[in-house]
Amino acid sequence: MMKFMPDSTDRRILRQLLADPSASNAQLAERAGVTSASLWRRLERLREEGVLSGVQARIDWRALGWEVEVSLRFTLDKTDPRAFDDFLAALREVPEVTEIQSFLGSVDWRATVIARDMAHWQQVYRDRILTLPHISELDALMLVSTIKVSEELPL
Amino acid sequence: MTDLDATDLAILRLLAQDATRSAADIGRAVGIGQPAAWRRIRRLTDQGVITGRRVVVDAAALGFGVTVFLGIKLAAKGRISLEDFERAVTAIPEVQVVQHVLGQFDYRLRITARDISDFERILRRRIMTLPGVGQVEANVMLSEERRPGPLGA
Repeated sequence: MMKFMPDSTDRRILRQLLADPSASNAQLAERAGVTSASLWRRLERLREEGVLSGVQARIDWRALGWEVEVSLRFTLDKTDPRAFDDFLAALREVPEVTEIQSFLGSVDWRATVIARDMAHWQQVYRDRILTLPHISELDALMLVSTIKVSEELPL
Repeated sequence: MTDLDATDLAILRLLAQDATRSAADIGRAVGIGQPAAWRRIRRLTDQGVITGRRVVVDAAALGFGVTVFLGIKLAAKGRISLEDFERAVTAIPEVQVVQHVLGQFDYRLRITARDISDFERILRRRIMTLPGVGQVEANVMLSEERRPGPLGA
Protein backbone atom coordinates (compact mmCIF):
# COMPACT_ATOMS: atom_id res chain seq x y z
CA MET A 1 0.00 0.00 0.00
CA MET A 2 1.20 3.50 -0.83
CA LYS A 3 1.91 5.65 2.17
CA PHE A 4 -0.46 8.62 2.35
CA MET A 5 1.29 11.93 1.72
CA PRO A 6 -0.58 15.12 2.59
CA ASP A 7 -0.49 17.47 -0.42
CA SER A 8 -0.03 21.24 -0.39
CA THR A 9 -3.78 21.84 0.07
CA ASP A 10 -3.86 19.48 3.09
CA ARG A 11 -0.90 21.36 4.52
CA ARG A 12 -2.61 24.69 3.98
CA ILE A 13 -5.70 23.42 5.84
CA LEU A 14 -3.62 22.03 8.70
CA ARG A 15 -1.61 25.24 8.94
CA GLN A 16 -4.87 27.19 9.38
CA LEU A 17 -6.24 24.68 11.88
CA LEU A 18 -3.03 24.68 13.94
CA ALA A 19 -2.94 28.49 13.90
CA ASP A 20 -6.55 28.75 15.13
CA PRO A 21 -7.89 25.46 16.51
CA SER A 22 -11.19 27.06 17.52
CA ALA A 23 -12.04 28.25 13.99
CA SER A 24 -15.25 26.91 12.46
CA ASN A 25 -15.10 24.72 9.37
CA ALA A 26 -16.53 27.58 7.31
CA GLN A 27 -13.73 29.90 8.50
CA LEU A 28 -11.09 27.23 7.85
CA ALA A 29 -12.40 26.61 4.33
CA GLU A 30 -12.30 30.30 3.52
CA ARG A 31 -8.79 30.82 4.93
CA ALA A 32 -7.42 27.75 3.15
CA GLY A 33 -9.16 28.70 -0.08
CA VAL A 34 -11.19 25.49 -0.49
CA THR A 35 -14.91 24.70 -0.53
CA SER A 36 -16.62 23.41 2.64
CA ALA A 37 -17.19 20.04 1.00
CA SER A 38 -13.53 19.73 0.05
CA LEU A 39 -12.43 20.82 3.54
CA TRP A 40 -14.66 18.22 5.18
CA ARG A 41 -13.42 15.46 2.84
CA ARG A 42 -9.79 16.35 3.39
CA LEU A 43 -10.07 16.58 7.20
CA GLU A 44 -11.83 13.20 7.17
CA ARG A 45 -9.01 11.70 5.12
CA LEU A 46 -6.33 13.23 7.39
CA ARG A 47 -8.13 11.69 10.38
CA GLU A 48 -8.41 8.29 8.73
CA GLU A 49 -4.71 8.32 7.87
CA GLY A 50 -3.80 9.31 11.42
CA VAL A 51 -2.16 12.60 10.42
CA LEU A 52 -4.78 14.47 12.44
CA SER A 53 -5.55 12.49 15.56
CA GLY A 54 -7.76 14.90 17.43
CA VAL A 55 -8.67 18.29 18.79
CA GLN A 56 -8.55 18.45 22.58
CA ALA A 57 -9.54 21.08 25.12
CA ARG A 58 -6.55 22.74 26.74
CA ILE A 59 -6.98 22.89 30.52
CA ASP A 60 -5.41 25.60 32.66
CA TRP A 61 -4.52 23.75 35.84
CA ARG A 62 -3.75 26.99 37.65
CA ALA A 63 -7.36 28.11 37.12
CA LEU A 64 -8.36 24.82 38.79
CA GLY A 65 -6.23 25.59 41.84
CA TRP A 66 -3.13 23.60 40.85
CA GLU A 67 -0.60 26.37 41.44
CA VAL A 68 2.66 24.44 41.13
CA GLU A 69 4.05 22.91 37.92
CA VAL A 70 7.38 21.13 37.79
CA SER A 71 9.33 19.62 34.92
CA LEU A 72 11.07 16.54 36.32
CA ARG A 73 13.98 15.00 34.42
CA PHE A 74 15.00 11.44 35.17
CA THR A 75 18.06 9.39 34.34
CA LEU A 76 17.55 5.69 35.01
CA ASP A 77 19.83 2.97 36.25
CA LYS A 78 19.86 0.85 33.09
CA THR A 79 21.63 -2.18 34.57
CA ASP A 80 18.18 -3.76 34.96
CA PRO A 81 16.71 -4.54 31.52
CA ARG A 82 13.20 -3.93 32.82
CA ALA A 83 14.08 -0.44 34.10
CA PHE A 84 12.30 1.48 31.29
CA ASP A 85 9.07 -0.53 31.42
CA ASP A 86 8.90 -0.62 35.22
CA PHE A 87 9.57 3.09 35.48
CA LEU A 88 6.97 4.08 32.86
CA ALA A 89 4.29 1.84 34.39
CA ALA A 90 4.89 3.37 37.83
CA LEU A 91 4.97 6.93 36.48
CA ARG A 92 1.60 6.42 34.74
CA GLU A 93 0.10 5.59 38.14
CA VAL A 94 0.86 9.07 39.49
CA PRO A 95 -2.32 11.13 38.96
CA GLU A 96 -0.48 14.48 39.19
CA VAL A 97 1.51 13.67 36.02
CA THR A 98 0.12 15.44 32.93
CA GLU A 99 2.83 14.73 30.31
CA ILE A 100 5.53 12.11 29.80
CA GLN A 101 8.33 12.11 27.21
CA SER A 102 11.26 9.78 26.65
CA PHE A 103 14.58 10.99 25.24
CA LEU A 104 17.80 10.10 23.57
CA GLY A 105 20.52 11.94 25.46
CA SER A 106 21.63 12.56 29.00
CA VAL A 107 18.02 12.57 30.21
CA ASP A 108 15.93 9.39 29.78
CA TRP A 109 12.48 10.63 30.79
CA ARG A 110 10.75 13.90 31.48
CA ALA A 111 7.41 14.39 33.20
CA THR A 112 5.26 17.40 33.93
CA VAL A 113 3.92 17.12 37.46
CA ILE A 114 1.41 19.50 39.06
CA ALA A 115 0.52 20.16 42.69
CA ARG A 116 -1.94 22.37 44.55
CA ASP A 117 0.76 24.29 46.47
CA MET A 118 4.32 23.88 47.74
CA ALA A 119 3.26 21.75 50.71
CA HIS A 120 1.35 19.43 48.38
CA TRP A 121 4.32 19.39 45.99
CA GLN A 122 6.63 18.24 48.80
CA GLN A 123 4.20 15.46 49.59
CA VAL A 124 3.87 14.32 45.93
CA TYR A 125 7.64 14.52 45.49
CA ARG A 126 8.41 12.45 48.59
CA ASP A 127 5.60 9.92 48.36
CA ARG A 128 5.08 9.46 44.62
CA ILE A 129 8.23 10.59 42.78
CA LEU A 130 11.20 9.57 44.94
CA THR A 131 9.61 6.13 45.31
CA LEU A 132 9.62 5.48 41.52
CA PRO A 133 11.80 2.49 40.55
CA HIS A 134 15.27 2.54 38.93
CA ILE A 135 15.99 6.29 39.26
CA SER A 136 19.68 7.08 39.18
CA GLU A 137 19.47 10.86 38.74
CA LEU A 138 16.64 13.33 39.08
CA ASP A 139 16.39 17.06 38.68
CA ALA A 140 13.53 19.49 38.84
CA LEU A 141 12.74 22.69 36.97
CA MET A 142 10.00 24.68 38.66
CA LEU A 143 7.74 26.62 36.31
CA VAL A 144 7.76 30.39 36.76
CA SER A 145 5.73 31.28 33.68
CA THR A 146 4.78 29.94 30.29
CA ILE A 147 5.81 32.41 27.59
CA LYS A 148 4.69 30.47 24.54
CA VAL A 149 2.80 27.25 23.87
CA SER A 150 1.73 26.24 20.41
CA GLU A 151 1.38 23.10 18.33
CA GLU A 152 2.08 25.06 15.17
CA LEU A 153 4.53 23.62 12.67
CA PRO A 154 6.41 25.82 10.17
CA LEU A 155 4.55 24.05 7.30
CA MET B 1 -9.66 29.00 42.27
CA THR B 2 -13.02 27.77 41.17
CA ASP B 3 -15.27 25.20 42.77
CA LEU B 4 -16.16 22.44 40.38
CA ASP B 5 -18.48 19.52 40.98
CA ALA B 6 -18.17 15.95 39.72
CA THR B 7 -20.18 16.77 36.57
CA ASP B 8 -17.80 19.61 35.66
CA LEU B 9 -14.82 17.30 36.09
CA ALA B 10 -16.50 14.63 33.92
CA ILE B 11 -17.11 17.26 31.22
CA LEU B 12 -13.46 18.37 31.39
CA ARG B 13 -12.29 14.76 31.08
CA LEU B 14 -14.37 14.29 27.93
CA LEU B 15 -13.39 17.60 26.31
CA ALA B 16 -9.70 17.01 27.10
CA GLN B 17 -9.99 13.92 24.88
CA ASP B 18 -12.18 15.43 22.16
CA ALA B 19 -13.06 19.11 22.16
CA THR B 20 -15.19 18.82 19.01
CA ARG B 21 -18.05 16.93 20.70
CA SER B 22 -21.34 18.86 20.78
CA ALA B 23 -22.94 20.06 24.02
CA ALA B 24 -25.81 17.60 23.36
CA ASP B 25 -23.37 14.72 23.05
CA ILE B 26 -21.43 15.75 26.17
CA GLY B 27 -24.71 16.20 28.07
CA ARG B 28 -25.83 12.68 27.15
CA ALA B 29 -22.49 11.24 28.27
CA VAL B 30 -22.66 12.87 31.72
CA GLY B 31 -26.42 12.53 32.18
CA ILE B 32 -27.63 16.14 31.80
CA GLY B 33 -29.53 18.00 29.08
CA GLN B 34 -27.98 19.92 26.20
CA PRO B 35 -28.73 23.42 27.63
CA ALA B 36 -27.21 22.51 31.02
CA ALA B 37 -24.11 21.03 29.35
CA TRP B 38 -23.76 24.11 27.14
CA ARG B 39 -24.01 26.41 30.20
CA ARG B 40 -21.36 24.42 32.09
CA ILE B 41 -18.94 24.39 29.13
CA ARG B 42 -19.54 28.11 28.72
CA ARG B 43 -18.81 28.72 32.42
CA LEU B 44 -15.63 26.58 32.36
CA THR B 45 -14.45 28.63 29.37
CA ASP B 46 -15.37 31.99 30.96
CA GLN B 47 -13.56 31.01 34.18
CA GLY B 48 -10.43 30.26 32.16
CA VAL B 49 -10.38 26.55 33.04
CA ILE B 50 -10.68 25.68 29.35
CA THR B 51 -8.18 28.01 27.68
CA GLY B 52 -8.51 26.86 24.11
CA ARG B 53 -7.84 23.88 21.94
CA ARG B 54 -4.88 21.73 21.10
CA VAL B 55 -4.70 20.15 17.65
CA VAL B 56 -2.96 16.78 17.77
CA VAL B 57 -1.13 16.01 14.54
CA ASP B 58 1.44 13.42 13.53
CA ALA B 59 4.31 15.89 13.03
CA ALA B 60 6.49 13.19 11.43
CA ALA B 61 3.86 12.56 8.71
CA LEU B 62 4.03 16.28 7.92
CA GLY B 63 7.80 16.21 7.56
CA PHE B 64 8.76 17.24 11.10
CA GLY B 65 10.41 14.08 12.32
CA VAL B 66 12.46 15.53 15.16
CA THR B 67 11.39 17.13 18.43
CA VAL B 68 14.09 18.43 20.75
CA PHE B 69 13.77 19.76 24.29
CA LEU B 70 16.33 22.40 25.21
CA GLY B 71 17.44 23.67 28.58
CA ILE B 72 18.96 27.15 28.32
CA LYS B 73 20.97 28.99 30.92
CA LEU B 74 21.42 32.71 30.39
CA ALA B 75 25.05 33.80 30.33
CA ALA B 76 25.13 37.03 32.25
CA LYS B 77 22.13 37.49 34.48
CA GLY B 78 21.25 41.05 35.29
CA ARG B 79 23.08 42.38 32.24
CA ILE B 80 20.64 41.12 29.69
CA SER B 81 16.95 41.71 29.62
CA LEU B 82 14.63 38.71 29.99
CA GLU B 83 12.13 40.54 27.79
CA ASP B 84 14.65 40.75 24.93
CA PHE B 85 15.44 37.05 25.19
CA GLU B 86 11.77 36.08 25.41
CA ARG B 87 10.73 38.29 22.49
CA ALA B 88 13.48 36.85 20.28
CA VAL B 89 12.93 33.21 21.24
CA THR B 90 9.12 33.26 20.81
CA ALA B 91 9.55 34.71 17.31
CA ILE B 92 11.36 31.57 16.10
CA PRO B 93 8.71 29.53 14.22
CA GLU B 94 10.26 26.16 15.12
CA VAL B 95 10.03 26.96 18.85
CA GLN B 96 6.71 25.55 20.10
CA VAL B 97 7.09 25.98 23.85
CA VAL B 98 8.97 28.53 25.94
CA GLN B 99 8.85 28.31 29.72
CA HIS B 100 10.70 30.39 32.28
CA VAL B 101 11.84 27.98 35.00
CA LEU B 102 13.82 27.84 38.24
CA GLY B 103 16.54 25.25 38.62
CA GLN B 104 19.52 24.09 36.64
CA PHE B 105 18.28 26.12 33.63
CA ASP B 106 16.51 29.44 33.19
CA TYR B 107 14.32 28.46 30.23
CA ARG B 108 13.02 25.25 28.73
CA LEU B 109 12.13 25.06 25.04
CA ARG B 110 10.41 22.59 22.77
CA ILE B 111 11.62 22.69 19.18
CA THR B 112 10.28 20.97 16.08
CA ALA B 113 12.60 20.25 13.15
CA ARG B 114 12.50 18.32 9.87
CA ASP B 115 15.52 16.20 10.81
CA ILE B 116 18.72 16.37 12.84
CA SER B 117 20.56 18.57 10.33
CA ASP B 118 17.58 20.96 10.28
CA PHE B 119 17.77 21.01 14.08
CA GLU B 120 21.48 21.78 13.90
CA ARG B 121 20.73 24.73 11.61
CA ILE B 122 18.07 26.05 14.06
CA LEU B 123 20.42 25.56 17.01
CA ARG B 124 23.37 27.34 15.37
CA ARG B 125 21.60 30.13 13.52
CA ARG B 126 18.60 30.86 15.75
CA ILE B 127 19.23 29.60 19.29
CA MET B 128 22.96 30.20 19.84
CA THR B 129 22.52 33.75 18.49
CA LEU B 130 19.79 34.68 21.00
CA PRO B 131 20.65 37.62 23.28
CA GLY B 132 22.21 36.41 26.53
CA VAL B 133 22.18 32.69 25.75
CA GLY B 134 24.71 30.67 27.74
CA GLN B 135 24.83 26.95 28.41
CA VAL B 136 22.45 24.87 26.27
CA GLU B 137 21.46 21.24 26.80
CA ALA B 138 19.56 19.33 24.11
CA ASN B 139 17.60 16.09 24.43
CA VAL B 140 16.00 14.48 21.39
CA MET B 141 12.48 13.21 22.08
CA LEU B 142 11.76 9.55 21.33
CA SER B 143 8.16 9.22 22.48
CA GLU B 144 5.46 11.22 24.17
CA GLU B 145 2.16 10.73 25.94
CA ARG B 146 -0.35 13.10 27.50
CA ARG B 147 -1.97 12.00 30.73
CA PRO B 148 -5.45 13.07 31.90
CA GLY B 149 -3.96 14.50 35.10
CA PRO B 150 -5.84 14.78 38.41
CA LEU B 151 -9.38 15.14 37.00
CA GLY B 152 -10.62 12.22 39.08
CA ALA B 153 -11.76 9.02 37.44
